[in-house]
Order: sequence, then C-alpha cells, then structure tokens
Amino acid sequence: MKIVIVGCGRVGARVAALLDHTGNDVSIIDTDSRAFRRLPAGFGGETIIGTGIDEDVLRAAGIEDADAFIAVTNGDNRNIMAAQVARLVFDVPEVVCRIYDPVREDTYRRLGLTTVCPTTTMSAIILDHVMHDTGEEDAVRGGVA
Amino acid sequence: MYVIVAGGGKVGFYLSQNLLAQGHEVLLIERNSERVTEINESLGAVAMAGDAAEAATLVAAGAPRADVVIAVTGEDEDNLVICQVAREKFHVGRTIARVNNPKNEHLFRMLGVDVTVSQTNHILSLIEQAIPEQSFVHLLSLRHEDLAIVDAKVSETSAVSHRAIAEIELPANTAIAAIARGPRLIVPNAATELLPGDDVIAVAHRDQEDELRRLLV
Repeated sequence: MKIVIVGCGRVGARVAALLDHTGNDVSIIDTDSRAFRRLPAGFGGETIIGTGIDEDVLRAAGIEDADAFIAVTNGDNRNIMAAQVARLVFDVPEVVCRIYDPVREDTYRRLGLTTVCPTTTMSAIILDHVMHDTGEEDAVRGGVA
Repeated sequence: MYVIVAGGGKVGFYLSQNLLAQGHEVLLIERNSERVTEINESLGAVAMAGDAAEAATLVAAGAPRADVVIAVTGEDEDNLVICQVAREKFHVGRTIARVNNPKNEHLFRMLGVDVTVSQTNHILSLIEQAIPEQSFVHLLSLRHEDLAIVDAKVSETSAVSHRAIAEIELPANTAIAAIARGPRLIVPNAATELLPGDDVIAVAHRDQEDELRRLLV
C-alpha cells in the first residue's frame, strides 16, 4: 500500500516505521526537518519537508496514488484540514485524522471523517485501570459514557 | 445583526470597529488575553479570550444566536475549522473566512465556507491596478456567479476602436457596463463609439475573460 502521513511526531514516526517495516510504500511530511530524526535507522520511506495542508506538498508526497492518508500533527485544525483535502480533493480511499478535542472529534466524525481522539481513548483506559483497583468501575464508566 | 469575529489581529480589530460603527452587535474572540485587554480598552467590552475553534468558547460566545461568524485569524486551518464548527454544530447561517494562502480559496468553497476573502489576492490586484500601462485589469471577482469585473484599455490597433457598441460582437456572458474616457465616465448605449484610450469596464464570466481581452485590447 502507498501511505502518506502528515506529522512526524512520536505517533507519526512510529506508525511510519511500522508500515515501512511491513513492506508498505510510506511518505511522511513534517514542517521541521529535525522531526525526521525520530524515524528509525534504515527507514525506507520518503521524507518531505512542508505543510500537510498544501496541495503541492501533498502531491510531492505522492498523494495522488495513495491508498491511505494519516493526519497526526499536533494541531487538531491542521489535521482536520489536511484530512479533508486528502478525502475531497484527492479521493484517498482511507483517511484517518487525529483530533484531541472530543467535541471537534464528534463534529467531524459526524461529517464522515475517520477520527481518532486520544483524549477520550486515554481517559477510558486510565479510568479502567484506576476503577478496576478500587471496584468502582461501573459507576464511573457509566458517568463517562 | 449579531456577528462573531474570530481573530483579533489588525483585520479582526478594524473589522469589529467597522461593524460596531454600523450598529451591529459584535463579539470578538481572540486567543491572546493581553490582546483582548488592549482591544477592550479601545473598543469597549467587545472581546473575549478563547480559542474560537473550541465548541465551549463558541457556546460562551452565544454562537447559536449568531447571524454571521467571520474567521480572520492568520492561520487558514483555524479559519476553516472555526467556520465549519460554527455551521455544523451551531447552525450559523453565514460563515466568512479569511484565506491567507490564495491556493486555499477554492478548497474553502469546496468545504462549505460561504464566502472567502483572500487579502493576498486583493493586495495583488490593487497593486496591479496601480501599475500604469496595464491594458487589462481584473478589478473584482464576484465569486458565486463566477463573474468578474474587468477594466480593458482600448488600443489604437484594437478591432473595436472607432466602432459603436452595437457593431461589436462581444463574447457570450459579457456586458460593457461603463466607459471611462479621460475624466468622464460614460454609461454607454448601443450607439456609443469606442475610442482608443477608452477604459472599458465590463462584466464578464471568468471563462470569457481572455476572449474579451483579445477583442478589446
């Protein structure tokens, strides 16, 4: 698969490394060239310096032939815009977008984006652990949901 | 009207000042609280601190009763999301976004923003108009109809010079609205003759702009 990733932070670099390792054709974009240091030695994918909301940068990363697009910069709005460009302008079949703000995540999920919200996911996992130890699991989880 | 302005930079500040002067109710949302204090000192208590892309901020701002949301921050992705959240979550009837990178103008329209304002393009066209001896200038784009208002200077060698408007075969979807001849502005009729040196102000469909240029210049 051809995969374009925007944002080479911890998550972006790790996803890129895993996908590269399993034989995919990976391009990763970041505005800061130093971010690419997070990629492992022997990373076989392509690195592109630029912003993931610029159509020309996305073209240079090969988005026109991409099977999947992943937006994981540290800005919610940038991820949202990049994901919409990938889906609506370039018709990428699989587009995943990280959104920290649960309300924005909900809004864009309703609009049809595939979203991941670390805030709700992490909170649920943490509460699971804490409440499991104190036996209040059901009460609190009911409140969260 | 109740207008929410997002972004308290120069554009947001003067826009709010203007809207207030016209008697509108205005709330300006700005991320930087020091800037909010500055704005409130000069405009009265119109600004609040917050991130306008956050639903909680928009709730506090009374977005559900807003008639218009105008996003004029310096970041295109923020302006886009502010407009989309206002529309999708709060059903605001009209959203207007400033586009910093002209490349994004088309995209914003695709993504459901009602009106986009590209200051870069505006400044470029103003500079273009100020350069003397430009024979064909794009004055204004009327986005929704894909129409443009253009200014063409009729040259000595132009096929239309010394001909009456009725004799000129204009491209489809174009109309001559006015003629600037020296200090005079003429509203033409069919018998009006075009002369070399005339500035022809025409309304043209964007697709016909080039054809009109070839005909008049």
